[in-house]
Amino acid sequence: MAENNKQVKIHVSHLKKSFGELEVLKDVSIDIHEGEVVVILGPSGSGKSTFLRCLNRLEEITDGTVIVDGYDITDKKTDINKVRENVGMVFQLFNLFNNLDVMGNMMLAPTELKKATKEEARETAMRLLKRVGLADKAEAYPAQLSGGQKQRVAIARALAMNPDIMLFDEPTSALDPEMVGEVLQVMQGLAKEGMTMVVVTHEIGFAREVATRVIFMEGGYIVEQGTPDEVINHPKEPRTIDFLSKVL
Amino acid sequence: MLLKILSTYGPLLLEAMGQTLLLALCGLFFACILGLIFGLLSVLKSRVCNIISTIFVDIIRGVPMIVLAFFIYFGFPQFVSSSLGIKNFTLSALQAGTIALALNCGAYMAEIIRAGIQSVDKGQMEAARSLGLPYWKAMRKVVLPQAIRTMIPSIINQFIITLKDTSILSVIGFPELVNTAKNVVANTMRSSEVWFIVGVMYLIVITILSRFAKIMERRINRGRE
Repeated sequence: MAENNKQVKIHVSHLKKSFGELEVLKDVSIDIHEGEVVVILGPSGSGKSTFLRCLNRLEEITDGTVIVDGYDITDKKTDINKVRENVGMVFQLFNLFNNLDVMGNMMLAPTELKKATKEEARETAMRLLKRVGLADKAEAYPAQLSGGQKQRVAIARALAMNPDIMLFDEPTSALDPEMVGEVLQVMQGLAKEGMTMVVVTHEIGFAREVATRVIFMEGGYIVEQGTPDEVINHPKEPRTIDFLSKVL
Repeated sequence: MLLKILSTYGPLLLEAMGQTLLLALCGLFFACILGLIFGLLSVLKSRVCNIISTIFVDIIRGVPMIVLAFFIYFGFPQFVSSSLGIKNFTLSALQAGTIALALNCGAYMAEIIRAGIQSVDKGQMEAARSLGLPYWKAMRKVVLPQAIRTMIPSIINQFIITLKDTSILSVIGFPELVNTAKNVVANTMRSSEVWFIVGVMYLIVITILSRFAKIMERRINRGRE
């Protein structure tokens, strides 16, 4: 693959994750390089969201090694907060801070973590809001926004930390159909600029157009991976074929 | 007769109301601190912390405050001087009353604060942490402000209960309203008038407090929905 001569941004080897007795990730290994847009497909319960949440340790990792941006996040001594500053995450249910307006949402982390002065943070926030088309909503509270607007603010909030990697956990699954497009468009723009992205989604169209690599997960394993054309148009594994026949 | 009692004993009863409020304020102040500490202990991801909080809440909830007050005022100083050999250790009625109120109200506050924090969607903490904010910063800047909004009605309710509970502390001789009223009754032999006046006094103070609480609640919720 062409990416191989680029820097490895995320290295995962033999990752296992259990919730009590339930083993959700059984043995996952993967390298993700700078600038890649990796889309993870799979039925619900396949472990794809859990996998994503292990990449910034929102889930404690049961076994295996995960190295993000050169930091071994499975090592207890690693300052996970430092790593997270460089890894943005976007959630299915947006998770905007309900007690703060849009500006407050965007400025909280950069100012609290001393990444920027108040003025700098405000400038960055305005620039990012313009980019996602919501400059006029700077003073709105999350409750006053539509789902699509919330998710665009959430993306802008993550970008305000100027991350190297962006993780998306089913970013359009909770949206009304007419709002999916506006969010995907923002994500597509990010991909074009060369952001390293890992996206869990059910949007096959997005995977086909934007992904540099598609991964199909099931039962806690990566079953198949390759270019969008390989995995979506010419799948080899029976389980991939079965899944795609149901969603396409 | 009512007017005569009012004119003779009114100032005394007002002063006693002042003592009641003083005791309630002292108790509530420390109750808030205790409530915050034990409330936070109960939501931390540490079994030891959770258990410490549970034990505190269960003990205080399981013992009537009058027993607690007797123990702190009479029992505790005796225990200190006989077991620890510190002579002449005593607590004033205000000190003992404050401790009893703070412990009692603190346990209920801890439960209110725990419930308030747990009512905030888990995603709020996750989003804050995913941006790199440390746990306590995320708690202080994102979770607690939202939790407090849902807690305010319960906290005010607890304040009112605590204010009324100061009357229990008449048993350790603190000159609050009920204790003073008992003396007035003993002097005048007029139970009906004196207890009527005392009841109205509590009612007025608590009504003002609830009104104030409603205004505050409205102000905090304004513009957020």
